[in-house]
Amino acid sequence: MQPAQLNLARYSVQLGSETDFAGWRDAARRLALNEVRPEDISWQVELGRALHDNRLPAIPSGARLDVPRAFIDHAETAFCHSDPTRFAFLYRLLWRLRTEPKLLAIASDADTRRLETMVKAIRRDIHKMRAFVRFRKIGGGNEERYVAWFEPDHFIVERNAAFFVKRFTGMRWTILTPHASADWDGERLAIGRGAAQGQAPAEDDTEALWLTYFASIFNPARLKVKAMQKEMPKKYWRNLPEASLIPELISGADKATKDMIARMPTTPAPHYAKVQARHWPKREPARVVEDEARTVFELRELAKGCSRCPLWREATQTVFGEGPGNARVVFVGEQPGDQEDLAGKPFVGPAGKVFDAILDDAGVDRQKVYVTNAVKHFKFEPRGKRRIHSKPNAGEVQACRWWIDREFELIKPDLAVALGATAALSLLGNAIPVTTLRGQVVEREDGLRVFITIHPSFILRIQEPAAKEAERERFLDDLKQVKKLVTV
Amino acid sequence: MSAVPVREKLAILSDAAKYDASCASSGSAKRDSLKSGGIGSTEGMGICHSYAPDGRCISLLKILLTNFCIYDCSYCINRSSSNVRRARFSIDEVVKLTMDFYRRNYIEGLFLSSGVIRSPDETMGEMVEVARRLRLEEKFSGYIHLKTIPESSAELVEKAGLYADRLSINVELPTDEGVKRLAPEKKPETIRLSMAKLRQKMEEKAEPTMRTKKRERFAPGGQSTQMIIGADKTSDDGILHTSARLYGSYHLRRVYYSAFSPIPDSSSSLPLQKPPLMREHRLYQADWLMRFYGFSQPEILAGSSDGMLDLAIDPKLAWALRNRGQFPVDINRANREALLRVPGLGTKVIAKILETRRHRRLRLEDVGRLCQSIAKLRPFIIAEGWSPGGLTDKAGLRDTIVRSCEQLSLF
Repeated sequence: MQPAQLNLARYSVQLGSETDFAGWRDAARRLALNEVRPEDISWQVELGRALHDNRLPAIPSGARLDVPRAFIDHAETAFCHSDPTRFAFLYRLLWRLRTEPKLLAIASDADTRRLETMVKAIRRDIHKMRAFVRFRKIGGGNEERYVAWFEPDHFIVERNAAFFVKRFTGMRWTILTPHASADWDGERLAIGRGAAQGQAPAEDDTEALWLTYFASIFNPARLKVKAMQKEMPKKYWRNLPEASLIPELISGADKATKDMIARMPTTPAPHYAKVQARHWPKREPARVVEDEARTVFELRELAKGCSRCPLWREATQTVFGEGPGNARVVFVGEQPGDQEDLAGKPFVGPAGKVFDAILDDAGVDRQKVYVTNAVKHFKFEPRGKRRIHSKPNAGEVQACRWWIDREFELIKPDLAVALGATAALSLLGNAIPVTTLRGQVVEREDGLRVFITIHPSFILRIQEPAAKEAERERFLDDLKQVKKLVTV
Repeated sequence: MSAVPVREKLAILSDAAKYDASCASSGSAKRDSLKSGGIGSTEGMGICHSYAPDGRCISLLKILLTNFCIYDCSYCINRSSSNVRRARFSIDEVVKLTMDFYRRNYIEGLFLSSGVIRSPDETMGEMVEVARRLRLEEKFSGYIHLKTIPESSAELVEKAGLYADRLSINVELPTDEGVKRLAPEKKPETIRLSMAKLRQKMEEKAEPTMRTKKRERFAPGGQSTQMIIGADKTSDDGILHTSARLYGSYHLRRVYYSAFSPIPDSSSSLPLQKPPLMREHRLYQADWLMRFYGFSQPEILAGSSDGMLDLAIDPKLAWALRNRGQFPVDINRANREALLRVPGLGTKVIAKILETRRHRRLRLEDVGRLCQSIAKLRPFIIAEGWSPGGLTDKAGLRDTIVRSCEQLSLF
């Protein structure tokens, strides 16, 4: 005996369908603006009924209902949920939002959490439909058509149809589900009534290939049934042709793995010797003695496999010096950077560009000079997707002197230019104060004259424009002096 | 080629491809077929269309063009000394299979790899031709991943990037020594150079061109690589070090870790045992810490005795237990960087915490509702009405957490 509960609701809203969000939205707006409390409304779906009962109150003139955009988006998604209480729930949220506009940002609130859970369920259902719809081809030629049967948990067909249109534009297809069907004839999308599984085709000649693929791509040594079922729950299996293979694959996995492991390594296949002889005639090339290089170009070839210090392990390649083998001046920088490491050429990065420009201003032809680095491998610290340059230590500079010395022996230039402290250390064998000796020529014991200046990256690092320009001018003066020293 | 039926070829050439871990169809540009009237779309996030009982998703038709190979890498089923059955697809067959599978919604696209026959350029040329035919003749807009052959010419790689979403080159093993020992004909230096060239090409093409101001399309899904785990003795620390170098140097989207799995007709130089799947899983978790949680590579395993990830607990929890001085972290005050270090908090939950706390203070129960399990979290956070007290520094904390997490997983 509960007669009193029958007609408690003062307003009864009839929605035209389970997915009639427009109808709900209109009714909700009217009711909320007339201060109708959530408990005074009952919501029903009556297929084919007018959008709403016109006994619903009209919107008072000038009244506005402002809700966050996020609410509309979320509500429209959650509306597809199969929960029959969703209409009332969404209205309650709307009701609360009038006085708690930040409600949706409070993730710990029970209603907000329920909305999120519903939205998540819809998104997952939509995603699973995109994943697990399986089309079967019927007809051929102009009659060719792809038809699928799918059983979603929620009312998502309308919402998901656009995805299939965009993906299968050049194909005629139909997706049948118990609630609704979607049909694309190549030009127009039509949403129709629900269907029965029997209306979908039972076979497709490509399915056998798909099953073959499914069985072959599975590695029995890695059986992880739970991981599979987490993403492909059993409820979907009945409409997935490949799922029929799963029990057999699982039960045979252990034996298949054991067989694989038990099978002794066999003797090489018959063609193996032939392949080896043809493609890999000599695996170990005779080692060339490094001292034998007669030109700087031969030296560069030898340096490719350099492992004199551990820096080669991290870098891409040896970045050797570049320029004519009879250059009159050799510029020595510190070490290659990120760009140089990729390109395999010195001075191509930002500092190299600055160097090139100022060299040009000084009237020095880059084609006629030889540029190289004190250390020939890039040294860095990986930081996320970037490589942060780190200064080579004395040991690395020392190890690489082997190359630098030979470059100078072969080129025999009139002048070396040490760009920065590391280059000076490499060329002179001990640390010198670059800033005090800048612009001076130091003569080595072997007679090589070394001009001291800064590294062009120093200019790059100056932020203040006037100071930057002043430093650039100073460097230009240095290079002009270098030009004089060589041509005189 | 002899008349091996396509179905048999498919069995051989997908079996031959299953040891490659990369499968993702994500990270590319969004596109669809509305304009072209063709077939296919990509969404940014890939879709897994099926799952094999090994728990791995099937998103792409992952096959080899051929499993004939002139290389003899001991961990590979297709090495030239292996007695495996050989087959070779024609270009037509791969194109048709891809389209037939895609139209039935079995796959997101194609992952094409190949053994190297005769010359790298010849093999690469055929792979590029498959991609070209799919894009231009079939008007296919789905995902294409090509495994480039390191020694192939620059022109072919450039063409590949024109049609493919993602290009990859496998580094094979975490160290150069490992490659030299187990893949004697492969050259680690060539592999690095190929990756370097790819990065350069991608950056060059990302610049708007002078004429059109539009960016040229070149492998919008970036490049990835794979290394085999457990076939040599490299520690996890060493593996992660290699990954950090690869991410930094070549801007890879992903480094895939593939636990070495026994293969039929295996080479005697390798451990014939079940693949170290948990180790692989922990490596992926550690990789995430580097890519999304602001951890630098060296700190992930700093202070561990053997440079190996703890198999029983995830790497973030293991790190937190070794670095308790940095905890507890106040949920209501800490910045994002500090929250990212808290075990059990993921990036999504943290975003919600940051949003919510602008409006109200969070209690322990609130945080518990937002994430999966509070057991991992409790000793490391301060929340409204909650302080872990001496719990953070308790001696047996690791065991307590492991036990309560195990209990949870029973249900």
